[in-house]
Amino acid sequence: MPRPIIELDKVTKKYDDQYAVDHLTLSIKKGEIFGLLGPNGAGKTTTILMLLGLSEPTSGRVRVDGIDSTRNPIEVKKEVGYLPDDLGFYQHMTGFENLMYTAALNGIPERIAKERAKDLLEKVNLLDVADKKTGKYSRGMRQRLGLADVLMKDPKVIILDEPTLGIDPEGVREFLQLIRRLNVEEHITVLLSSHHLHQVQQICDRVGIFVNGKLLAEGTTESLSKQLFLQDTYHIHVSASPLSEELVQKLEAIPNVNKVEIDQHSMNLYCKEDVSATISKVIVESGASLYGIRKKNYGLDEIYHRYFEGREADGNQ
Amino acid sequence: MEISKISSSVKRWFRTKEENETNTSKKNESVGNRVFFAIVRKEFADYLTSWRIIILLAIILLTCFGSLYTAVTTIKDAIEGSNDAEEIAKQSYLFLKLFTVSDGTLPSFVTFVGFLGPLLGIALGFDAINSERNRGTLSRLLSQPIPRDYVINGKFVAALLLNLVLFYALGLIFMALGILIIGIPPTFEEFFRILFFLLLIIVYIAFWLNLGILFSVVFRQAATSALSSIAIWLFFSVFYSMIIELISKPILSSSSITSVEQLINRQEFVLNLMRLSPNYLFSESTTTLLSPTVRSLGVLTVEQTTGAVAGPLPFGQSLLLIWPQITGLIAVTMICFTIAYILFMRQEIRAH
Repeated sequence: MPRPIIELDKVTKKYDDQYAVDHLTLSIKKGEIFGLLGPNGAGKTTTILMLLGLSEPTSGRVRVDGIDSTRNPIEVKKEVGYLPDDLGFYQHMTGFENLMYTAALNGIPERIAKERAKDLLEKVNLLDVADKKTGKYSRGMRQRLGLADVLMKDPKVIILDEPTLGIDPEGVREFLQLIRRLNVEEHITVLLSSHHLHQVQQICDRVGIFVNGKLLAEGTTESLSKQLFLQDTYHIHVSASPLSEELVQKLEAIPNVNKVEIDQHSMNLYCKEDVSATISKVIVESGASLYGIRKKNYGLDEIYHRYFEGREADGNQ
Repeated sequence: MEISKISSSVKRWFRTKEENETNTSKKNESVGNRVFFAIVRKEFADYLTSWRIIILLAIILLTCFGSLYTAVTTIKDAIEGSNDAEEIAKQSYLFLKLFTVSDGTLPSFVTFVGFLGPLLGIALGFDAINSERNRGTLSRLLSQPIPRDYVINGKFVAALLLNLVLFYALGLIFMALGILIIGIPPTFEEFFRILFFLLLIIVYIAFWLNLGILFSVVFRQAATSALSSIAIWLFFSVFYSMIIELISKPILSSSSITSVEQLINRQEFVLNLMRLSPNYLFSESTTTLLSPTVRSLGVLTVEQTTGAVAGPLPFGQSLLLIWPQITGLIAVTMICFTIAYILFMRQEIRAH
């Protein structure tokens, strides 16, 4: 098995007496899109800064591509592109000039840099405003320029901190597609932090839920829902009539069905396994007419919401 | 046989490895230099295109040419009265007077520079770091593979370079115009005195520049750091001498003094208090450099002066006289920069 490109081993960051990051262990494979999901102030940005060696962990080890971020931050920063959440550009310089400055800071020769800057500006669809001052750019344009800026150094990993903050939905869609394409075409590993669940869900291979400095759960969205909803992993919506008592009893008797909720002409069934085929068979055999049967997957939104609901209840106990 | 072969091949391998390592380290160094100068170049260009600096430069240029004009007219009037102008010029260090003389309508070059120089320094430094932070460019800058101190060093070097170019250009133009208008060339000594005077200006401005940079690291708001720097500048240029005067009155009052020695001691004490101000250090040094007739900066008794020939000091002696002042100025400059540097290196990157 190849070595993971990002390794965090029991990383802790303490500010005064508070843990910003609490014994975080995480590894991200090469070519993956990993979403770090959590509410504001969960320690996402702190974790990212430690990955880049911009902040020193109180204890633990951070490695990116086998290089220790704390001891050798410059080498790490050669491989990693970082798009901060409070991204800014030199407003009196054009987009192109801003990219060229980044290239100069990376020691890229001018001739190569010019070509690459043009390439990237085309890729992020900013070629027609390349010679405009960045002070006149819209938020969405700045974000796309930020992506181009991050790619100037030809990184192996890009880290995006709240990249979709404050962009309109169309802009978000474009931006996420762009990231997806980069991941597929150039095999760049992406670490993305966000509190926008839908967006993370759209493009991430794996997600980690990060609250109060701790990684509560990690995995694909499906496995997450399994981890968090041990009982009611599947939610099946059925519309049929007539909904007789007898039918409900029969449905409840199906193995793995935990609960049946009746709502006029439809039912919600919470099950442990996917038993929709059995359900439809039971309904049809009982003589009722089946109008529709729909399997609802748990989105991150629900995972997130349900999870916090559960936590609050725990806290109250 | 075998063993010696192996050992020699191992040796060779080690040697090539060593060579490779030195090569790569050299290469890294040159890349590092290139990156550093990329930062300096960008900051320098930023200064030259920022309205704030352009306006200040324009003011400095205007006032300097104004003072040149008044100095030249005063000197011309003085020369016209005598026959052997060149001889007089040499003896009285006329050329240096270009920088110090005025007819009362406009202050001299020295006064103007002593006044506007600190402002220029502050204007160059006060938003060096906090503006990058507020615009969100600092985190982007620091996520590039550069050592963190490149940022602050680059800004300092760029601002210093601007001062160097500005004041040497200005000083040389001043001299050239002086030669053209008065028609008397400077002696070598005068020339060196002027070059050194220009260097002194740069050191002095560097102090205010570093103070500005220090405040730009400490304060998050550019306005706060600008106002605090200006407050310190005002304090030293206006209030400090008043305060010292206030303190010195009881100290120097004749009723409490019993001996000459005591008087001298107290005078020296007050003088040393004054010397805590960088402005005073600067003015002491400039007067010594530009008027060779200044022979001492402390108190002299009649005993010490009897028998002394009242002639101008040679350049080396003038320099010796102000050596402590210059070292003092450089020291405060370094202290400011060091504090700023350390604070910046330890600061958290996040703005919030």
